[in-house]
Amino acid sequence: MSTVDGTGIVTEAEPAGKGATAGSGPAAVPERSSGGAGLRAVPGGLSAGAREQAPASRPPGALRAWWRLLGSEAGLTFRRPRNLAVLAVLAAIPVLIGVVMRLFAEPLAAGAADGPGNGGAIFAQVAGNGLFLTFAALSLLVQLMLPVAVAVVAGDAVAGEAGAGTLRYLLTAPAGRTRLLAVKYGNAVLFCLAAVSVIAVSALVIGLALFPAGPITLLSGTTISFAEGLLRIGLVVLYVTAGMAALAAVALALSTLTEAAIGAIAATVVAVIVTQVLSVVPQLSWLHPYLLPQWWNGFDGVLRDPVATAEMGQGLLVFAAYTAIFGSIAWARFTGKDITS
Amino acid sequence: MTTGAGDHSIVTRGLTKRFRGGQVAVDDLHLSVPRGSVFGFLGPNGSGKTTTIRMLLGLVTPTGGAWELLGAPMPGGIPAALPRVGALVEGPAFYPYLSGEANLRRYDAADPAADPRTASRRIALALERVGLSAAARKRYRAYSLGMRQRLAIAAALLGPRELLVLDEPTNGLDPQGTREVRALVKEIAADGTTVFVSSHLLAEVEQMCTHLGVMRTGRLVAQGSLAELRELNAGETAVVRVETPDTAEAASVLAGLGLAGVRTGDGEAGAELGAVAPERITAALVAAGVAVRGLAVRRPSLEDVFVGLTGEGFDVDG
Ligand SMILES: Nc1ncnc2c1ncn2[C@@H]1O[C@H](COP(=O)(O)OP(=O)(O)OP(=O)(O)O)[C@@H](O)[C@H]1O
Ligand SMILES: [Mg+2]
Repeated sequence: MSTVDGTGIVTEAEPAGKGATAGSGPAAVPERSSGGAGLRAVPGGLSAGAREQAPASRPPGALRAWWRLLGSEAGLTFRRPRNLAVLAVLAAIPVLIGVVMRLFAEPLAAGAADGPGNGGAIFAQVAGNGLFLTFAALSLLVQLMLPVAVAVVAGDAVAGEAGAGTLRYLLTAPAGRTRLLAVKYGNAVLFCLAAVSVIAVSALVIGLALFPAGPITLLSGTTISFAEGLLRIGLVVLYVTAGMAALAAVALALSTLTEAAIGAIAATVVAVIVTQVLSVVPQLSWLHPYLLPQWWNGFDGVLRDPVATAEMGQGLLVFAAYTAIFGSIAWARFTGKDITS
Repeated sequence: MTTGAGDHSIVTRGLTKRFRGGQVAVDDLHLSVPRGSVFGFLGPNGSGKTTTIRMLLGLVTPTGGAWELLGAPMPGGIPAALPRVGALVEGPAFYPYLSGEANLRRYDAADPAADPRTASRRIALALERVGLSAAARKRYRAYSLGMRQRLAIAAALLGPRELLVLDEPTNGLDPQGTREVRALVKEIAADGTTVFVSSHLLAEVEQMCTHLGVMRTGRLVAQGSLAELRELNAGETAVVRVETPDTAEAASVLAGLGLAGVRTGDGEAGAELGAVAPERITAALVAAGVAVRGLAVRRPSLEDVFVGLTGEGFDVDG
């Protein structure tokens, strides 16, 4: 027997050997027999049954456990109605762009040609070859729509679970904080890939349906085969996914700071918009190379022959740096955080 | 203090949590939960029960002290110990758009020690144990309060557990459900699983516990087996109360029998029982012609110990 006095000091009044009796089990539980039970006693009880079999089945490999948790995450993400709606919107926009360009191709191409950057040049090519619609759609959506979609999933990743209280049960399972965060990030990257692919495939299908197909004349004037054109679309998808994965790291870091998912999502979107604004202020040109959105549509290089890798290479470096920095922030914050929700 | 490597499921040494803002939720806690016991963790609202449980499970980092779970020093032992611990912390939390079954599968996937090949069987068994088999495919959103609580208990029973940590498991349950949870806890304990169950009501857990720990404003004011806690007020004797219109005569009979602390009230007389047998008092009263309407002996109960330790006040501390 130990009592604690006012100073918090435990006074032991336990005769030797008493601990053993205390630990001898609940045989002396003074409960009267309980009435009928909706909580049924399963013959051979759960613990007994599972115990006899636990040693027989060797513990699943750590790698398999990672895949299982990632599968569970992906299942939640890709079955959640909200996320499916986001993907549906992303798929619909290239259709809209394609139809509009088909109807008003001439004036639009003329107007776009004197627009800034190569985006206009890409748009001007669409009427000549349907494959260009994919490049056009991605360069348009990568500015805001795609980042918003990524923010919705990555910003929700930790904050959503914290807000719902499910985080405490994942962690007592125990998912492991580092492991859970890594799986959540992996899942966010998967969603980035899915979102970019949905846009690319939708644009490809509608582009081929509405515009001529065939060998492509690149911005540099050379012509490549249709198959090689598809390959280059694949390269763009990977590049844009890497750019979105960097944003996902930012959103994940913000997600560890709050228990309100909507707050993390909104903060990510606001950060993107503010950065977009900064990137058109000429006085801040020294800052521009360090801004993430600046590099998102740096994939014109694939439309040259040979592929101009310099700009994309730099872009990938920036993406890697953002991922590393914000990934570390997310990790430091999440592993040291008190889970009080 | 016991080291408790083998014979204790939970041992804490000076566990303390001071939240940012200065609130000391748990103060210098020395808990010893014997293996195989059903340990009732009692305390009024805000006394630090949930904060203690969060610290034990590694959700909240203590600002002081150390603790062991199933013999593993924490927090380093989390991966080794927690798969053998089932937990219900501050009520159920699930994904509303998933079914009860899919929710359990989700939590099972988070446990790296859980075997995916036996998942379906373990989930079905856990649901059956809490009487939710029929509602397994229903969306969690459509569950009633009691069904949600049951699902949370099922989640704690997903694997073979050596320790169950249940934070107010009967919250939101009807009296029938409360009885069922008690029966379930008893049954689990009979398998040798240690159960650590928190409550703010002694009556809820007294019938199933072998041991108790009592919290008050973040401090552990007592712990031990039920018998040990009863001894805490062994000094207080039983009292006898006689209901009668003849209070003066009754009082003189009681005094004549040598009882101490004789007093009279409105229609009653009372005294400390001491070593006198109650039947002797009855006989003496009748022999003296006192009109006895009722005679009651009140012995100090565990409830008195609990109230004495935590106070009777309605106000939340801290
Ligand atoms: N995140 C937090 N930040 C600051 N103070 C907190 C936090 N969580 C709990 N507290 C404080 O710590 C004290 C203990 O709270 P705790 O939830 O552990 O009590 P409890 O015993 O579980 O109460 P109840 O019976 O109401 O569930 C309370 O005074 C509470 O206000
Ligand atoms: Mg509580």
